[in-house]
Amino acid sequence: MTKADIVEITYDKAGLSKKDVAEVVDLLFETIKGALEQSEKVKVSGFGNFTVREKRARRGRNPQTGEEITICERKVLTFKASQILKKQINTTS
Amino acid sequence: MTKSDLIDRLASKVGNFSRKDIEVIVDTVFGSMADSLSKGEKVEIRGFGSFKVKFREGRNGRNPKSGESIFIEPKKVPFFKAGKELKERVDSE
Repeated sequence: MTKADIVEITYDKAGLSKKDVAEVVDLLFETIKGALEQSEKVKVSGFGNFTVREKRARRGRNPQTGEEITICERKVLTFKASQILKKQINTTS
Repeated sequence: MTKSDLIDRLASKVGNFSRKDIEVIVDTVFGSMADSLSKGEKVEIRGFGSFKVKFREGRNGRNPKSGESIFIEPKKVPFFKAGKELKERVDSE
């Protein structure tokens, strides 16, 4: 499923113009990205939470060459699915 | 940011929709993604990331409280992988 499919389903259900729905769907993902960029946690009830976590620098190894390298501190995005989503995935098949 | 904050932010950005319309759109977007995942499909949003479902085999586990041995049923687990653009934006500054 791609964004185009999401727009199609949403426009069917909302009864609004497809162009307008597409714009809101784009804005929806852009707004979430904007919040995450500010390290803000995004909680979508019934779906899951997106959290930005800070990772400390650590020593690692290039698995191909065996060379030791320092992995810089960085921020990573994690997603935790809600119980509702986990349940839904396991009931319909 | 909760789902209702997200709806408020979208409503303030889009002029020609009521808050109710935006709410229907946001709910349908996440609902359609959840439906797609529960059918075992992959959901891909350009610039955002992709969601997919992985299958976990059943295994023998232990109740950590009582030490009792139990069988953990096989299950499906949802996963999210952030897209390149979002990864970079989260880690920028």
